[in-house]
Formats: sequence, structure tokens, C-alpha cells
Amino acid sequence: MRIWITTLVAVVALSGAAGADETAVQIGDAERGADIFRACSICHDVGQGAKHRVGPHLNGIFDRPAAGFDDFKYSKGIIRARRDGLIWDLARLDAYIENPKALVSGTRMNFRGIKDPQDRHDVLAYLRQFSASPQDIPEAAPTALKREIELDDTVLSIEGDADYGEYLSTECTTCHQIGGDYDGIPVITGWPQEDFVIAMHAYKQKIRPHPVMQMMAGRLADEEIAALAAYFAALE
Amino acid sequence: MTIDRRSLLGAGVAAAAALQTPMVLGQTRPRVVVVGGGAGGATAARYIAKGAKGAIDVTLVEPSRSYYTCFFSNLYIGGFRELSSIAHSYGTLASEYGINVVHDWATGIDRDARTVSLAGGASLPYDRLILSPGIDFIDGAVEGWDVSAQNKMPHAYKAGSQSELLKAQIEAMPEGGTFVMVAPPNPYRCPPGPYERVSMVAHVLKERNPTAKIIVADPKPKFSKMALFQEGWANHYDGMVEWIGPDFGGGNVSVNPDAMTVNIDGEDVKADACNVIPAMKAGRICEMAGITEGNWAPVDGRTMQSRIDENIHVLGDACAQGDMPKSGFSANSQAKVAAMAVRAALTDSKMFPAKFSNTCWSLIGTNDGVKVGATYEATEEKIAKVDGFISQTGEDAELRQATYEESIGWYAGITKDMFG
Repeated sequence: MRIWITTLVAVVALSGAAGADETAVQIGDAERGADIFRACSICHDVGQGAKHRVGPHLNGIFDRPAAGFDDFKYSKGIIRARRDGLIWDLARLDAYIENPKALVSGTRMNFRGIKDPQDRHDVLAYLRQFSASPQDIPEAAPTALKREIELDDTVLSIEGDADYGEYLSTECTTCHQIGGDYDGIPVITGWPQEDFVIAMHAYKQKIRPHPVMQMMAGRLADEEIAALAAYFAALE
Repeated sequence: MTIDRRSLLGAGVAAAAALQTPMVLGQTRPRVVVVGGGAGGATAARYIAKGAKGAIDVTLVEPSRSYYTCFFSNLYIGGFRELSSIAHSYGTLASEYGINVVHDWATGIDRDARTVSLAGGASLPYDRLILSPGIDFIDGAVEGWDVSAQNKMPHAYKAGSQSELLKAQIEAMPEGGTFVMVAPPNPYRCPPGPYERVSMVAHVLKERNPTAKIIVADPKPKFSKMALFQEGWANHYDGMVEWIGPDFGGGNVSVNPDAMTVNIDGEDVKADACNVIPAMKAGRICEMAGITEGNWAPVDGRTMQSRIDENIHVLGDACAQGDMPKSGFSANSQAKVAAMAVRAALTDSKMFPAKFSNTCWSLIGTNDGVKVGATYEATEEKIAKVDGFISQTGEDAELRQATYEESIGWYAGITKDMFG
């Protein structure tokens, strides 16, 4: 299996560079990593008060078994990896963020990966600061990073009509599967409503780059986005 | 999942009961008959059954037990997909959604009696009829070609055995041989389809038969994603593709299937493989129902109802609706509006304003995908375009690969949306 060979190479390569006792500083540049992590923070919280969002929060990620939270709904791919004994050590995290789908087929993490090894190490150095093992989460750590766009509370607090959302969702389900399978188009069920609303407005404002989504979100009114968020959040 | 398993199971039981005792149950539930089990018909049947939760009796009439999607059939010709990967069956629509799937040909429609007659002799009564028959070819559109010549010069514009045949003929071409495509005039199914096909044929020939030539005789001065395809052909298959537009006689074509020659503007070309894609019209059943004007069946986009008979909805390639291209994505989008309208008419479900969208992905070479798309709304007069986008020439390889990978995800998504 090519996947495993790749992974093993990564394990060998990294075990020389950074052993289990190395500190974040020696993995990479955490400050630079904080900057790179901005792309990840669209889906993942880290730091004090971090909570699960589209993806699970990443406090204490180092040396945690995959699919380690009971209160987060993982993809079948990640659950299978856990059964196979996947532990998020440095080497596996490095391989995962290089190409998520190569390490865990069927993962829902819709991210192409970070090709540059230095960028990966910097991000991991940043994340390492929030892992209890071997270091404690810094007391004065920054809380969740800024969202990609700032939305008015009046927009965020619209109560979505899930029935209307169900009708509107038929436009989404031509591409996004509601059964939770990921074949190249992101899974959008079970997202926290706020994340869904922010993502759709980010497309609508053309902050997020995808042309199909910019077009689809572009003609949705605030109430319609809220309706879709309410509908999809309730789906498993 | 939104589907309530219990009520679905109920629907299945009720459907089974209805078949046995039509006098008791058959009359109490409104009946919808859907003709054609492709992107329009399968989606409409599924969404009506799913939404009505047993309150509507849905029958789907489709002759094929295995349905091959026309979208992605070019990727099969190019060697990027197995034929089996674009084949789908109707088992889930029957078992999970309680739809009566009838494998037969619809041969006639009595609009006064509201019945559909089948080749097998049965007659199906309906309260609402949905026609989604796809396309048929216009007789005599390409001089010298009719369907009896489709084995020598395949159209491969209905996927399955025709796709297999064309692929085999391309692969059997002699070294340095010539592939000729006769491209169709507007409007036709899948506007970028012929040009994606040219790309896939070029991809096969570049690997197996690099001195072979491709000639495209085209009656249209411009075609879908033209700049993107021409850029891709130059990048991947330099000098292999000769496109002859109408200014150079590309619209003045006749064929001789026995001699395997194509006459383009007075000059005979010997073809080693020839793909004739004739001008198209709505699937024949629309004409038989008397709901066509010209070649297509006009509809009101707000409900997808026929402008000639309000008890009939027409979906997909067969209908004339306005600005949407004839595509599987469009048919799937229109089916959802029709399903909502049918449910609202037959039960007391809610009606929302019609919204439509379409995106067409095309593969030009390995990992070189492009796309075009738009959103639409229904006005009294037609389905009107709201907004759109198209891939740009000169995009980097990573973006093109992402676009291709997205198309694979879309294929998985839409086929699940159609067949459950």
C-alpha cells in the first residue's frame, strides 16, 4: 500500500528531527504557524474555551487517539482509522495535514493539504502549544481566532425556518450528499448553524473563493441562509 | 436523513397493497406517472415519493433496468471511468421510496382519459403526468444517416451500448487513421458534450495512435467553453484536432455509412471511425402526446407544466423552458420544482418560488477539468438566467485538478440524488 509507505517514510524522517520530548519551539516557528493556522480556523477552534465547530477543537490533539471526543460526530473514515489504532502523534499529524485523504480515506476534512514541510511544522508547533501533553495549554493563550468575516448579530440571530430550508436544500443536494458520504464535494450536514451561516455569507461576499458557491450563495437572502443552516444542522 | 423510515416502510406496504387491491387503495391516493428514469424523471419520482410520505402513488416508467448516465459517458470513452461505474438501477427507488418501477415503453398518452399506454399492453391512469423522455434525433438531419446506420456511425448520445461501440471503433482505428465527428446544431443535449468527447478521443489517440487525426465538422460558429477547449487541445493534443466551422463548410455535410466517408463541403473524407451527432428534438412521446411546438415541449418554468396541458409536466432535455442548457444537472434542478408543484397540487404541501441552477463540468485531459454554471429563476414568460460563471483560460494545474475532482464528487452526489 502506497499510503502506508508514505506514512512510514514520514515517521522515519520526523523521528530524527523531532522526538516525543521535543518542545514546540524545536518543531517549527509557532508564531508563523499561527498565521498559517488561519486557514484551518475556518473549521477548527483551538485555545482557551475552544469548542467543536465544523471540525473538532484541537486542544490536546497531540498523542490523542483519532476520533477521541464522544461529543463530536466523526466521519466513518476517521472512526475506521481509530479502530486501526491511529494516534495523532507528530508524524501522523504531519502526514495528515500534508494530504488528509491520503492518510485517512473517507475523511470529511475538505482540505487539500499543506505541501511545504516547513509550513506544516510551523502549524504543528503552533498547535503543540495547546496540547496538554507534553506541555500545558498556556494560561493566557489567545481564544478562538477571529472568524473569516464579521456578521451583524441581527444576521446571526435569525431563526431559520427548517421547512423552507428543506425546499431550498434541494439545490444543494445535487452535489452535496446528505448521507454524509464525501466523494470530493464537502459534507454540509451536522454543522453548527453559526458556522454554516458564516460560511455562506463568506461566499456571498466573495471572501471564500469557490465560483459555484459564490453564485449559489449570492442569491440567497439572510433568511434563506438561516433556513438552510437550520435544516442542515439537524441532519446527521 | 430527512426520510422518515416508518412512513416510507408504510408507503412500500401501501404500494404493494395497491397493486393487489387497486379498487380499495388505488382510488384513494392521487396518482403520478413519470415517464423516463433519467436525471429528470428519477429525481422527480424520488422527490415526490419522499415528500409525500405515501400520500401519492408514484409510478416510474423506464424501459431500461440498467440506466447509463449520458454525463460521464465521455469519461468512459476516454478511459477515465469503467462503463459499470455509470450504470444505475432502480432498486432503491422501489424499496426505499415505495415507487412502482415499471420497465416498459410508454407508447401513447390519452390526455382526455388521462392514461398512459405501455408497450406491454397495460394502461396507467394518472392525475399528474411527468414526461422526462430526453431526446430523439430529427430524421434526415444529417444527409445519409438514420438510426439504422448507428452501428456503423454511432451517435453515442444515449449512453450504454452506443458508448461501447464508439469506444471500440476509436481503439480499432489503424495507425494514423482519421476520426470524424459531425457535431449537432443548437439546441441539443449537453452543449459542451461533443467537445469534451473530442478531448477524450484525442486523449485515447495520443496514447495509442499519436499520428491519428480528428476532424470536427460543426454547423455552429461558436460552441460552449470554446476558448477553454481550444486552449486545451493546443496544450494537450497539439495539431491533432481540426475543427471546421460553418465558414469553412462545417455545416454542409453528408455521410455514407457503407463507404465510411463523410462529405464536408463537397470534399470526401475517409473516416476510420465516425461519430454522427444529429440535430435533436424532444423524446418521441412528447410529440405523441401532442404537447410539442416545433421540436420541443414548451413549459411554464414556475411549475414545469406543459403550456398545452396543465396535467402534464415536462422536464429536462425535452422541454423548451428558456435560458437553461439541456443537461442532466438542469433536468435534476427542474425535477425538484416540478415535484414541489405536483405535491402542492395533489396534497396540501407548501409551494415556494421556483429556483434553478446548473453547472457543467468537462474534462479536457488528465486532471484538466473546467466548468461553467449559472443560476436561474422562473418568470411568467420563461426560465431566466440570474447569474453565472465560467472557468478561465490559463488557470493553473492545481485549480484544474480541483475542478476535475469536484466533478467526481458531483457525479456521486447527483446520482445519489436521482436514484437514492
